[in-house]
Amino acid sequence: MIKKIIVILAMIGLIMMLFPLVTNFEFLENLNDLSTNYVSGSVNELNSQNVVTSVIVTYRGLDTLGEVTVLFLATAAIGFLLKKKKTKKRGSSELLQTASSFLVALIILLGVYIFTHGHLTPGGGFQGGVIIATAFLLLILSDVNIKFNHTILQVVESFSGAFYVVIGLIGLVLTIGFLNAKIIPLGEYGNLFSAGAIPIIYSLIGLKVGSELTNILDTMRGE
Amino acid sequence: MIFALILGFALLLIGIYGMLSQKNLIKIVIGFSIVDTGVHIIIVSIGYLRNRTAPILNSVVDLGKAAQQVVDPIPSVLVLTAIVIGLAVTALMLTFVVELYKKRNSLSIDDYQELKW
Repeated sequence: MIKKIIVILAMIGLIMMLFPLVTNFEFLENLNDLSTNYVSGSVNELNSQNVVTSVIVTYRGLDTLGEVTVLFLATAAIGFLLKKKKTKKRGSSELLQTASSFLVALIILLGVYIFTHGHLTPGGGFQGGVIIATAFLLLILSDVNIKFNHTILQVVESFSGAFYVVIGLIGLVLTIGFLNAKIIPLGEYGNLFSAGAIPIIYSLIGLKVGSELTNILDTMRGE
Repeated sequence: MIFALILGFALLLIGIYGMLSQKNLIKIVIGFSIVDTGVHIIIVSIGYLRNRTAPILNSVVDLGKAAQQVVDPIPSVLVLTAIVIGLAVTALMLTFVVELYKKRNSLSIDDYQELKW
């Protein structure tokens, strides 16, 4: 009983704390200087259509490297904690099996499309990687005893991570800054081959995220 | 969007209430996930500007005056990062729940009192 009262008091306190944030909130009329710089820099410096992508991959590229590291650490911890065990479960229905053999290739294709077009359309490495992982989830659902080749998954994951760092270091060697996309020619605005190294970096991130999430799904299905 | 802001704060409060009042570990993880979504909606709604389009500068946007025509890209960037981290943290929390269940055969938080004061 006393616990409930404490919870309700805490909630009332939180509501009183957050209420002025909502009532006193004023929406901006213009972008601030930093955002304006990012928007104009994305057009003039980087030739990238998607401003969000150019901020993530180039301007704040170091943060994205940290983000990928956090995802890798979480995957490693999950793989360490959940030991795989062999369980025989009954197979899925024929509908799901037929549909998944038709859909898996298309879903992977959609994922590849999304991460290679991250600098042109809404999308990018993380989203494309998650879509690729859903294709493997469909495979797991349709055939519970399916085995993935872990060597390939690990090779894809570690090589894409290593190349990501190497591309960042090339920028340092050319003295234009860590993870700068201008290490290769920028190309024509609005084309697939534009925005310098952004599509390459985002494709590497997409492969890394896809293989990591597939690894998580593969470890978690043993439970 | 003031409605989106209110919705975000409402989700935040619902999630915190769920985390405080529920006993089941899985439900606590779900509460965390709801808080996560609420915070994402709050951050995105802060970056909203009236009568503007998404920060993707294709043929719809006049490139010379792009900064006057798009919403703030920085909250979107922060939320994209936060979604990925949230996914990783949720998966890790569920893994801990599975491990705890294997140890004690119980999902109730009342059975784990080692750190209670």
